[in-house]
Amino acid sequence: MTVAPLIQVDTARVRFGEVRALDGVSLAVHGGECLGLVGHNGAGKSTLVSILNGGLALRDGSLRADGQPVGWSINAARARGLRCVFQELSLCPNLTVAENARLMHRSLGGGAWRRRARAVIGAALDAVFPGHEISPDVQVGSLTIARRQMVEIAMAFADAGTPPRLVILDEPTSSLDAGLSAQLLAHVRRFVAGGGAVILISHILGEVLSTATRIVVMKDGRIVAERPAAAFDHAALVAAMGSAARDHVARRAVSQAAAVLQVPAWRGGLPFAARRGEVIGLAGLGGHGQTEMLQALFDHANPNWWPARDPAVTFVAGDRRLNGTFDLWPILRNLSVGALGDLARRGLMDRRAEAARGDDWQARIGIRTPDMGLPILSLSGGNQQKVLFARALSTRAPVVLMDDPMRGVDIGTKQEVYAIIRSEAEAGRTFVWYSTEMDEITLCDRVYVFREGRIVADLSGDQVTEPAVLAASFAGAA
Amino acid sequence: MTLLARPWLWSWVAALGVFIVTIMATSGASTIGLAQAALTFAAFSVIVGLGQMFVITLGPGNIDLAVPATMTLSGTVALKYMAEDNALIIPGLLIALAIGVAVGIGNYILIKALRIPPIIATLATSFVIQSAAIATNRGLRIKPPALLAEFSTGFSLGIPNLAWIALVLTVAAWVLLMRTTYGRRIAAIGQSLPAARMAGIPVDGTRVATYVLCSVLAALCGFLLSCFSGGAALNMGAEYLLMSIAVVIIGGTAVAGGNSNVPGIWGAALFMFLVVSMLNTYGFQAGVRLIATGLIIIAVILAASGRRTS
Amino acid sequence: MRRLSPDALRLALPVLAFVALLTAVFVLRPNAMSYNGFHLLFKLAVPIALATLAQMVIMAVNDLDLSIGTYVSFVACVTATFLVDQPVLGWLILLASVGVYAGLGVVIAWRQLPAIVVTLGMSFVWAGLAVLVLPAPGGVAPSWLAGAMGWKPPLMPLAIVLSILIAVLAHLLLMRSSLGVLIRGVGGNERSVARAGWSTLRARALAYATAALFAIASGITLVGLMTSADANIALRYTLLSIAGVILGGGEFIGGRINPVGAVVGAMTLLLAGSFLTFLSVPPDWQIGAQGAILIAILGIRVLLNRLEAQG
Repeated sequence: MTVAPLIQVDTARVRFGEVRALDGVSLAVHGGECLGLVGHNGAGKSTLVSILNGGLALRDGSLRADGQPVGWSINAARARGLRCVFQELSLCPNLTVAENARLMHRSLGGGAWRRRARAVIGAALDAVFPGHEISPDVQVGSLTIARRQMVEIAMAFADAGTPPRLVILDEPTSSLDAGLSAQLLAHVRRFVAGGGAVILISHILGEVLSTATRIVVMKDGRIVAERPAAAFDHAALVAAMGSAARDHVARRAVSQAAAVLQVPAWRGGLPFAARRGEVIGLAGLGGHGQTEMLQALFDHANPNWWPARDPAVTFVAGDRRLNGTFDLWPILRNLSVGALGDLARRGLMDRRAEAARGDDWQARIGIRTPDMGLPILSLSGGNQQKVLFARALSTRAPVVLMDDPMRGVDIGTKQEVYAIIRSEAEAGRTFVWYSTEMDEITLCDRVYVFREGRIVADLSGDQVTEPAVLAASFAGAA
Repeated sequence: MTLLARPWLWSWVAALGVFIVTIMATSGASTIGLAQAALTFAAFSVIVGLGQMFVITLGPGNIDLAVPATMTLSGTVALKYMAEDNALIIPGLLIALAIGVAVGIGNYILIKALRIPPIIATLATSFVIQSAAIATNRGLRIKPPALLAEFSTGFSLGIPNLAWIALVLTVAAWVLLMRTTYGRRIAAIGQSLPAARMAGIPVDGTRVATYVLCSVLAALCGFLLSCFSGGAALNMGAEYLLMSIAVVIIGGTAVAGGNSNVPGIWGAALFMFLVVSMLNTYGFQAGVRLIATGLIIIAVILAASGRRTS
Repeated sequence: MRRLSPDALRLALPVLAFVALLTAVFVLRPNAMSYNGFHLLFKLAVPIALATLAQMVIMAVNDLDLSIGTYVSFVACVTATFLVDQPVLGWLILLASVGVYAGLGVVIAWRQLPAIVVTLGMSFVWAGLAVLVLPAPGGVAPSWLAGAMGWKPPLMPLAIVLSILIAVLAHLLLMRSSLGVLIRGVGGNERSVARAGWSTLRARALAYATAALFAIASGITLVGLMTSADANIALRYTLLSIAGVILGGGEFIGGRINPVGAVVGAMTLLLAGSFLTFLSVPPDWQIGAQGAILIAILGIRVLLNRLEAQG
């Protein structure tokens, strides 16, 4: 009789509005194996991890732990020995390492808890990173990022009463140097050999190839390939992540116009330049520095003290809730807020001009609403995004920065907006477009691929293809 | 349209209710007197309340705790300068307003340069300003120039002059908030500072202008209050701190920012004064008055938060 | 040379300020360097230090309490009246007020209310209650209390002994115990603490209750020292307590507090007041000086942070 898998999901489907984050994923994880999870943006890795660790409830599909269908939650997952290490800091920076251990493991309470907490986290650190030199009594906030990540990882592998059985590591080596990464991967192999299970997500394909026993490749919410690690090599992985050949996209010839934006060497990578009328794509895996550069480009040109008469850049937000919509306002005000100076005479708003502009853009970009005076949140996500576009495009700024704005938007809206971007670019506007969608990246005239915070590839003309972008997004050696 | 949908109506309805209850105690003998007193004292609350409203609209954490100290300093310095001379009224007023400008800029320098929350920055400046006021006020109690004293205690068309001033300021504030680009900017910043920045709004410039506006209104109120009271007392601003915040919140402005309510401030100001006089009329002690004031604020905030989350 | 921990560095500032001020006072008044001198200089140290610790606990969960001053005054009024004639009722009232504080903490977090405005409103409630309990200055200290606070230990004045004791106890409670870790954790990364399975509402209620207990101790010891009370006796404690926490190395957000620093900060502010008096600075300017000190500390802190970030 075989041992039941530690955790198993069957035909999991998850939708966020329009987006199919998981589209029928079935996966089982057994003790004694290291599962490598690989995929480009939108593959569904984060959603799958959220389902597994109990952070997201699975409504369509089934989840079984140790062969039993159980009510799943973060606490239930932890109780069964499931641990998760993300990139964001989950420690309290104002507490010491041992104190954090005490909080994260409730069973460490009682008298003399400090000594036990020190022992537990010390043992874990020694096991994973021998020779680490991190004192358990040091404040987490004063540790370097690398050391903080070491502590987070050690916390996951720590045994404070409930031993860890399945550890999910999401880009664990992003802040570690080569030596520490090697130590971690060695520990992963030991842990797996001792009967534990690990899910390893990494964009450094060499790490996955050398450490995983089985590799799963995801794309667009589905598993597209699942084989023992030995059956893959670097090229095969990249190929598996790609899709069938696309139609050739008519692209503008490399522009010889003057550069409107330039960054000599962003964070030690290749230089960046944008010329008038170009559509520049920022590609690479999500969170690898694209938004940081857009933010820097914007902050450099945006006034902080006095409204600019002639704005130089404008911005289309992708994260609507964070820096896009003004939730208390109607649609019209959300649209006009980017160009207040143009719609006012001597400081007083010209409401008729504002309404006219609203109607104009409603028609041009196709905002589906009976009344522009309705609250912004009455619109669908796609239409809200159209309002953000209209806000930026209605300014007179010659450069438009876009922060992955089409994420989660329906295909119809996307096509409409692509057409508008094309026509505006023909008229001389410059677009710098960070996108996590390969379809959009391949629409651009030139593409800069980001990896680990800097530009690693500069593709133009016929070089702008999916295989080229994929190859540059993923690092080779471990 | 239900009462629930128009929050500022509550304050007017409540003010009216309390007015009637108070009148009943004296069988209607004091109606006009009570109304005029209410309008006079509400005028002061309204003036500082308008300034505080602009600051609170900037978003959570934005508040000006230096209002009482600014009132005191402006009143003290202006009266001392004018020295009961009618000819110096205009310069005196200008000095008062200049103090407001200086305080507002000082507040924002602390907020921006020292990166401390506005609460603490304005708290710290209030210490310093209060000291300056105390130091300036050494000696005799200086009276306001005769013209000003007459004006501030006088009536036009049966309504106190001070109420007229407050009304004019209210209308100006309403226009500023609802019809100008500045008003759009502060409402945007109050709803989401990151979104406002990424929409091209000059955040720092807008914020410093708002803090200056609040301090200038506080300074003006201090100037008028000291003329009305016949001199600048050192604790004259004390109750106006809570009052400036209370009338904003009870009047329906969102504490979280981004949504302000100008007419509601008047209703709330009248209501607060009338509650106090009702309690006095019915013979309740000072302690009850204080407790009632505090509980009303808390109740209104609780009710307002309930509305938002539901 | 091993770098000092951030906590040690933060403690250095108030300690240095304290020593500097103490030296300055001795230069101006050499006969202050005596048992009686210390006794007079630090007479009110204990109630102020306790009020500062109360504020510190609230700041540890990222809130701010603008009602500490009126609450301590209320406690003082209850002590000077109920605890004398009807002690059982008096203690029940005080216990109930702890419950009110805990409830406030829960409501503020649960309904996402701004702590500033709620505590500002509550300050009027406590002020009103204080006036109802004691309409005019008066009351007496219970005999056991007056006796206790009047004790003169052999080596050091009672104020110093108690201050040291309070600092040690606060340190043990807030920096060494599980409860302290939980409270500071909520201030540091509330989401993570909640995800680890803790009830952050309960943690906040405990924090507010702890603050109330410190404030009660402050009010009681104040009456013991002044042997009478009035409704306005501790109004300035609100601003003093905030200044004391900041001076002692605490921060408004992030759950970074320093109990020993807070006590030292409170005593430094007290000393600053005396120092200014000895310099014949009129009392009018003393409050302004406190504001200036607060600004100066915050300015130094920003500079230090910037140096730390670069180096």
